[in-house]
Amino acid sequence: MEKRVIFKGWWLPALLVAPQLIISFMFFFYPSGQAIWNSLFLPDPFGLKTEYVGLDNFRFLLTDSYYLASFKTTIIFSTAVSVSSMAIGLYLAALADRLIKGAGVYQTLLIWPYAIAPAIAGVLWLFLFNGNIGLISYYLQGIGYDWNHTLDGDQAMFLVVLASSWGRISYNFLFFLAGLQAIPKSIIEAAAIDGASFWRRFLTIVIPLLSPITFFLLVVNIVYAFFDTFGIVHTITSGGPEQDTNILVYKVFSDGFVSQDLGSSAAQSVILLVLVGVLTVIQFKYIEKKVHY
Amino acid sequence: MVEKKKTGYWLTHAGLIIGVMFIFFPVWLTFVASTVTQEAIIQPPLPLLPGGEFFENYANALFKGGKEGYGSNEPVINMLINSAIMALGITFGKLTISLLSAFAIVYFRFPFRKTCFWLIFITLMLPVEVRIVPTYEVVANLNLLNSYSGLIFPLIASATATFLFRQFFMTIPNEMVEAARMDGCSPMRFFKDILLPISKTNIAALFVILFIYGWNQYLWPLLMTTDPAMKTIVIAIDGMIPTGDDFGHWPTIMATAILAMLPPVIVVISMQKFFVKGLLESDK
Repeated sequence: MEKRVIFKGWWLPALLVAPQLIISFMFFFYPSGQAIWNSLFLPDPFGLKTEYVGLDNFRFLLTDSYYLASFKTTIIFSTAVSVSSMAIGLYLAALADRLIKGAGVYQTLLIWPYAIAPAIAGVLWLFLFNGNIGLISYYLQGIGYDWNHTLDGDQAMFLVVLASSWGRISYNFLFFLAGLQAIPKSIIEAAAIDGASFWRRFLTIVIPLLSPITFFLLVVNIVYAFFDTFGIVHTITSGGPEQDTNILVYKVFSDGFVSQDLGSSAAQSVILLVLVGVLTVIQFKYIEKKVHY
Repeated sequence: MVEKKKTGYWLTHAGLIIGVMFIFFPVWLTFVASTVTQEAIIQPPLPLLPGGEFFENYANALFKGGKEGYGSNEPVINMLINSAIMALGITFGKLTISLLSAFAIVYFRFPFRKTCFWLIFITLMLPVEVRIVPTYEVVANLNLLNSYSGLIFPLIASATATFLFRQFFMTIPNEMVEAARMDGCSPMRFFKDILLPISKTNIAALFVILFIYGWNQYLWPLLMTTDPAMKTIVIAIDGMIPTGDDFGHWPTIMATAILAMLPPVIVVISMQKFFVKGLLESDK
């Protein structure tokens, strides 16, 4: 789509796009190019010179058991976060959609955690599960369950998933509620007149009509779990115990800044870059389709 | 609701209330912990109702950076100011550059217009997390570490906002530009007197989303700020949490956590209508 009526001249528009382009070049394109470039080199341990190694950094990563483990951790983590936060969001949205009055109040009560920084959400849950003082770990101890997420990898994973999903419910709730409210009530009423129960209507009418939005949310939530949860992992586990919660984005940080393994960190950045690229393209394909419904 | 059954009605409310309680639960306990003494916290279980130390704990956190004898931090009020400067800088920076570039792309024909469009589009795919090391080097070379500019500028290029404005400008009827041009209106005058006022709702909606985005930044300020005086509140909390076996002063930490979430939560709740609009539209 193009505007028919426009203003003339080219230096003014050039001036207008300049700030955005300059910032994009300085902080987006140049660093990303740099990351790709660095991924082809291996600095020596003293940082005095770098050696061109072609795709060796990638070859090394793809056979490195730690990296593959981090990949697996990321997949488990992002699946768990996306599925649980979407399921709870859909459940609450379906309930709120049934109300004629009061849906707005519940919306206000449910959406504000979106504003809470992931790192702060991490602090809140860490406090509750803290081995010395946490309320929940205290009661778990009381019923004979030993909680120590600094030693037990599964517990650590559970805790980062819990903190990440908790903050994400609002987002999914809001999108599902908007999706549900867009479904014409006449379809639901027609099915009800034909004797379909609430659950039957939900499974055979509502869920299929929500599938585009569900797909969209799945992609967005995976992107969230891949990148935005850095703060949660950093505050709660720092990737530990061992490597059990070391998701990909955390590994880029810890290899690049903590261990100073720049070649490997750059190669990891490039792999992440490809992953985001693919996810973004999928997301945009979806938007094109969505126009029709 | 299609049927009107009493039990279904109450079950719906009950289900929602459980959800609300799950959402409130950790925040409530954090608030409780910010109003009691250290002793009440380190001997679990934590009480479920607030104690009487509200003013002391918050005053300690805000102005003294913690309780004496528990290690010192920057006063939280300074961190709040840093966070506010960063969040507002990012928000207004993003709004300004994306309004200008969307205006140029929609209302002008100039060489490489399509190229500009795609260059902006591609930045969508480059979150700061995947290019941290080289971006850090760029900022270090510009001597912008530990500065507000260094915190703000790398984060203000936003494809999302540009797209949203482009989308919105497309829906504005051509007659408006025609009329403006016929009256001899210059492009910048059209932008200032016509485009900006009719974009008000969209700007407000994006303001909420971008403010939250800016306030909650974590990785970038964590790398950028080594000077305690430049730390934002969100990253400062991480440094306050005790590691290993030592105890920090938990009431102060929890008061800081509450203070860190308060500004964005207030923005979301007070501008709820715009927030919902912004969220539903900006992520498409």
